[in-house]
Amino acid sequence: METELRNAIRKLLEEKTVDVAIGYGRVGVNGAVGATFVTNPDDVDRLVWNNECRQNLATHLTRAEIKKLGKPAIVVKACDARAVVVLCNEAQIKREDVYVIGVVCDGIETADAAGNKTGALMGKCLSCVEHAAKNVDLLIGDEAAAKALDEKNAPNAKSVGHYEKLAKLRAMSQKERFEYWREQFSKCIRCHACRQNCPLCYCNRCVADKNRPTRIDTSSSLKGNFAWNILRAFHLAGRCVGCGACAAACPAGIELDLLNLTLANAAEDQFGYVSGKELGELPLIGTYSPTDKEEFIR
Amino acid sequence: MNAETKSTDAFEPKIVAFVCNWCTYLGADLAGTNRLEYPANIRILRLPCTGRVDFNLIVKAFEIGADAVLVSGCHPGDCHYTAGNFHARRRWDLFRELLDTVGIDLNRVYFSWISAAEGAKFQKLVTEIVDKTREMGPYEDYKKLVAES
Repeated sequence: METELRNAIRKLLEEKTVDVAIGYGRVGVNGAVGATFVTNPDDVDRLVWNNECRQNLATHLTRAEIKKLGKPAIVVKACDARAVVVLCNEAQIKREDVYVIGVVCDGIETADAAGNKTGALMGKCLSCVEHAAKNVDLLIGDEAAAKALDEKNAPNAKSVGHYEKLAKLRAMSQKERFEYWREQFSKCIRCHACRQNCPLCYCNRCVADKNRPTRIDTSSSLKGNFAWNILRAFHLAGRCVGCGACAAACPAGIELDLLNLTLANAAEDQFGYVSGKELGELPLIGTYSPTDKEEFIR
Repeated sequence: MNAETKSTDAFEPKIVAFVCNWCTYLGADLAGTNRLEYPANIRILRLPCTGRVDFNLIVKAFEIGADAVLVSGCHPGDCHYTAGNFHARRRWDLFRELLDTVGIDLNRVYFSWISAAEGAKFQKLVTEIVDKTREMGPYEDYKKLVAES
């Protein structure tokens, strides 16, 4: 698959279909996998594909410094492909301006604090029912195998992985939940890695960086951490595609994706809305229906 | 302890109300001009529309010591800007889910529709919120969080 991916990208670069390929490479210390940008067809061997490709590369599509390089080709997993769709739906990029290369993914492994593989799959992968990326220009990998994996996960997709964790959290009392997050958020150092790694956190100037007036504490404090994490999660309400890049990037190991999952669940249960499913879909929060439920309003 | 100091030491809830300019603010005004009495625990903040009520303001209200928050605006279909309250309604619905997961006490966050003609409803609701909050006591969880920050 890796060779197939490299050959496809070499061809795209040689034929000048694209100017830059955004893929995964061993770029970090100890060979950790991260984003790699290839502009020369001879350099495609730098690209890798394995179960350590945790980042969502779609985050680079909206960055000014990447846009400068010309038309991009991007390597995406199924969850990342949904992020590309949302970026198109929110008019941040044009679909025809990007060449999307989907790879069939059989699950990504989590990493420990030192960045080493743990052998366990990420929560989102345990409940994944979309192993082959959709809305792509080229799909690399065995589609039949992807389908088999989809079917294998489908029966208990909503009861394993981070769904299981969320169910456990929701079963606690309100006070216990507050205590849980209090402990979690007290670890937050406000490095904003969650924001930087999120493909849908694309504001040029984040509200968390504004200090006239200060909406939320700009440095780490317990109340500011609560405000920030609530804000980050809610700005992704009805938008988050569940790629888990935020939680994977968090140096404090806070399970940020549980907050996003809450909102994604609510969007699906109440409005039948799944973010990033189709091109041309209107954003959930940007629209309304006169029949929305309001039994909580007095 | 004499009766006088006792009354000043008693817990007086602080309620922050984010109201829209066109309906609930006028509803509160009507309550005033009709001489309908309601507790002074409520701090009214007037915004153009409930669609303008950033969810972050609700969090901020708790940060600065609110014991309960009320967000109120025009009834559906009556919005001065046609659809501000419809947008707000969908947002609150999702926001409540998030607050619930984070463990914020949803009994301290109120939403209502109060028109410019419903001075009596405003009086009734505010009285009820203040009574209930007084019963629940100060929002210790959040106050502790702020004190430790």
